[in-house]
This record gives sequence, structure tokens and C-alpha cells, in this order.
Amino acid sequence: MEQEIIIQIKDANSFYGAKQILKNVTLNIPAQTVTALMGPSGCGKSTLIRCLNRMNDLVPRFRFEGNVLYKGIDLYGKDVDITDLRREIGMVFQKPNPFPKSIYENVAYGIRIQGIANREFIDGIVEESLKRAALWDEVKDRLHESALSLSGGQQQRICIARALAVKPHVILFDEPCSALDPIATAKIEELITDLKNNYTIIVVTHNTAQAARVSDFTAFLYLGDLIEYGPTAKIFTVPQDKRTEEYLTGKFG
Amino acid sequence: MSSRRLDKKIDAAFKFVGLAATLFGLVVLAALVIDVVSDGHQRLGWDFLTSYPSRKPEQAGIFSAWVGTLWIMITTAIFAIPLGIGSGIYLEEYAKRNRWTDFIEINIANLAGVPSIIYGILGLGLFIRMMHLDRSVLAGGLILALLILPVIILSTREALRSVPSSIREASYALGATKWQTVRHQVLPAGFGNILTGVILAMSRAIGETAPLITIGALTYIPFLPTNPVAFNKEIPYIHLSLQGFLDPFTVLPIQIFNWVSRPQKGFLVDAAAGIIVLLTITLAMNAIAIYLRYKNQKRW
Repeated sequence: MEQEIIIQIKDANSFYGAKQILKNVTLNIPAQTVTALMGPSGCGKSTLIRCLNRMNDLVPRFRFEGNVLYKGIDLYGKDVDITDLRREIGMVFQKPNPFPKSIYENVAYGIRIQGIANREFIDGIVEESLKRAALWDEVKDRLHESALSLSGGQQQRICIARALAVKPHVILFDEPCSALDPIATAKIEELITDLKNNYTIIVVTHNTAQAARVSDFTAFLYLGDLIEYGPTAKIFTVPQDKRTEEYLTGKFG
Repeated sequence: MSSRRLDKKIDAAFKFVGLAATLFGLVVLAALVIDVVSDGHQRLGWDFLTSYPSRKPEQAGIFSAWVGTLWIMITTAIFAIPLGIGSGIYLEEYAKRNRWTDFIEINIANLAGVPSIIYGILGLGLFIRMMHLDRSVLAGGLILALLILPVIILSTREALRSVPSSIREASYALGATKWQTVRHQVLPAGFGNILTGVILAMSRAIGETAPLITIGALTYIPFLPTNPVAFNKEIPYIHLSLQGFLDPFTVLPIQIFNWVSRPQKGFLVDAAAGIIVLLTITLAMNAIAIYLRYKNQKRW
């Protein structure tokens, strides 16, 4: 069965100052799946995922060449309003970064800035999003307490709920578990697996076991090059490239 | 081994020298405060706060001076706070980093260090000679606003810079525009520190004498600026007026300066009492600033 491609990355090159980070990366990401971007530190996997919602625009001296097509629209095209597209391509960051506001306000923010003020509507979205992020039962009695009073794992799930509230089609996870303990990590991984029925998910990880557990497709990046890309089961059992095999067997990284 | 022993001796010696240096400032300040309080306390009282200046020291008060200070501070705040915070936000959040903004940045930092009398001379030429504002509350307030503007810009930028970029990224990732991100996330997160900076700048302005003397603010003012709100018996009963901004004024430090330069001993007592009032206001403002800074020490 041919899967629908939701994001096409074509000849992506990126630079920080004079230093080249990504080298001619071309990659098609199928809808409603989990794709893992895996590789050692400095391989460009975080840079690549941040090109998919143009988060790197905020970084001074950053430069991107190439195309990223989201449902056929070039995110780097001239007439594209990236603030609109970011509603469809949500992101969860490496370190949990809830706003210094209440749990409720964190989740409601994304809808509020769209100009929606209907209280019942927002209440509904907040509840639904927190339920989807598997956090509702833990926080329903203290929605108006500061999100910063929660544990790291809960904060990360607040960030996921916050991203879900604006009803994205794609969710980017940039090493979402790197600041979390194993139990919190397991919860986030479980959540990612649940979410893939409704969303396209891209996860950056340096943890091969995590890539194997959560993803359908895996891309292995090394020093800015896309070395290998394919179904996770295939990459992990019969890697085509020697470097992939060495990384998977822990020879480096 | 002997060099290690020497190191330890230097360590102990520095601890002592550092303590002495710290205490020196505190002791001198304490001595000044005690001296002023012992000179001035007998003159303090309701009467002192509600009397106009007079030729007789025992009848002279600071009514026109503290009301003038209040007027000047309000005028200064009206101009300096929106301009300063606005520039700070622009420079920190919007302006592209290039040579031009570097140039502006360096010059704002320089302006913060320019002696206040220079601002007085600038004000004299600009507001009084060119704009004919005369020796008015407006002219005085504008000069002090110029004086503290760089300080407010710098502290606003500092406050915004201390808001972690992860907060901005989180907001952008949800589809927020730059203004929404600044308005709803960055400003509220940096608000406490901005307020602290503003209060410290205002408490600097409140003690300024030199620029106001330069423009010839009068030292003998036995009246107040026109009240902005007046009530009368005819419709519409309330009369609003901006005339006060164009009236002449005096302020606390000028009144104190004037009394100190008088030969009669009684005026020195008045001056000391005036200093107590001014010091109290300044210390109160600083205390509020410290409290806000403490309260906003957080968290991410």
C-alpha cells in the first residue's frame, strides 16, 4: 500500500555562519506514521527537524537552502506565512518549556491567539487536549495552578497538550525525553505511539532503542548527511550502510 | 609548601581588606544619616510638609517643593516610561543585529553615563530657548525624562534578555506572531524586572538638582502648579486644566540646595529635615524595587 507523503524535504542544505550543518538531505515523510531522525550529537538531526517549522529562522546567522514541501506548499516559499503553517505543524522541545502561567493558560494560549474567546469552547479544548496528553486525571483539580509546579514529565505532557490544542496535523518532537527520567520517558513514548493514529509524528532522538520502540520509519543522519532511510524494522535488522550498523551496535555515538 | 602558606595568608588578608572596604561605605553613610537626622528631626512634622518657603526658617516648609517633585516625577514618567520601554522592546525583540543597531546600542550605553548637567544645558537650549516652554514643569520633566531614558531602555533590554528563548520558541511554535509573543509571553515574564529598572531610574531622577538649576528652576515658589482638576458651582462642575504643566516649579533637592546656601543657622535645620524627607522617598522607592526583584526571581 502506497502511503501518502505529507512532508517532502528536497536538497536541504543549511549553514550556521560559514559552517555547513545539513548536506543535501532529501527525505519523504509519510502521513500518520512515526518517523525517527536518529544520529549522534552534531549530526544535524535537530537542525533538520527545526527546518520543518522554520524554528531556525530565529537563530541569527542561520541560512537554509532547498525546499521543504508540506502538503505541496513550500514552507520556504516567498508568499508563505509561516505563523499560519506553524499551527498545522506543532512542536515539542527538548527541555520542557511551559509558559510561566497556569496549566489552563498554557493549553489555552494557542487558541486564544487565534482570536477565540468563547469560554466554553476553550474549556472543551483544554480538557480534550489534556486527556489526549494523558494528563487530565493528574491535573483536573488544579488547572489554575502554575504549570511550573508540575514535575518534568508532567511539564512535557503539558507541552504536548499545548501543541495538540491547536489541532496540528504534524507534531515535531525534538528529543522530548532527554531531560526526563525512565518512567516519564516511557509515558511520553506510549503517548507518541497513541498519537500516531491521528497525527504525523517526527521524533528526533540519539537513543537507538527509543527509535526502535516508537517509530515506523527511521532516518539515520551522520555529520549532516542522510546515510540511510527506511522502515525501522529494516534499518535495525539489515542496515545497508556500514556506518548505520556501527552506530546501532554502539561502535560510536 | 611555603608558597601555599603565602596563598593562604593572602586569602585571609583579602578577606579583611574586603570587609574593611565594605564597612567603610556603610559607616560613612550611617554617619551622614545620623548627622542629618539629629539636625533635622525637630523640624519634621505636618507643619513642615504643608508650609511654603519663608524668610523665617522656623516657618519655612517644603509644601511647594514636594508637590513640585510629584509634578515633575509624573511628567517624567509620562514621557520616559513609554518611550524607554518601547525602545527597549524594539531593540531587543525586533531590530536586526547589524552595525547600525550596534551603533545605537553603544550610544545609548554612553548616554546613560553622561553627566546630568549636560542634559540641563541641552534642555535649556531645546525646551526653553527653542520651544519656549519657559521654566515650566513640562520643561523640567522632559529634561529628567531624557536623562533617565537610556537607563530605562537598558534595563528593559536586560529584563527581556533574561526571558529564556525557549519561551519565545514555544509561543512561535503555536503559530503566534512576534507581537503576540512579546505581548503575551515575553513582556509579562520580564515585567517585574522592567518595573524594577523603571523605579530605580525614577529614584535617580527624584534626586537630580543640576539639570533643573541649569534651566533656572526657581528656589522661592510660594505657590503650587495649577491644580489639574478644579471644582466649581457651575455646569459642568469639574474643570480640567493642563495649565499646571506650564507653571513654574521647585523641587525638593533645589529647595534643600537653597537652604544650605543660606547663612542663617535655622535654614540648615530646614535643609536637614528636607533631606530626611527626600532620603525617605528614595529609600522607599529602592525598597519597592528590591522587593519586586526578589519576588520575580524565578523559576525557569
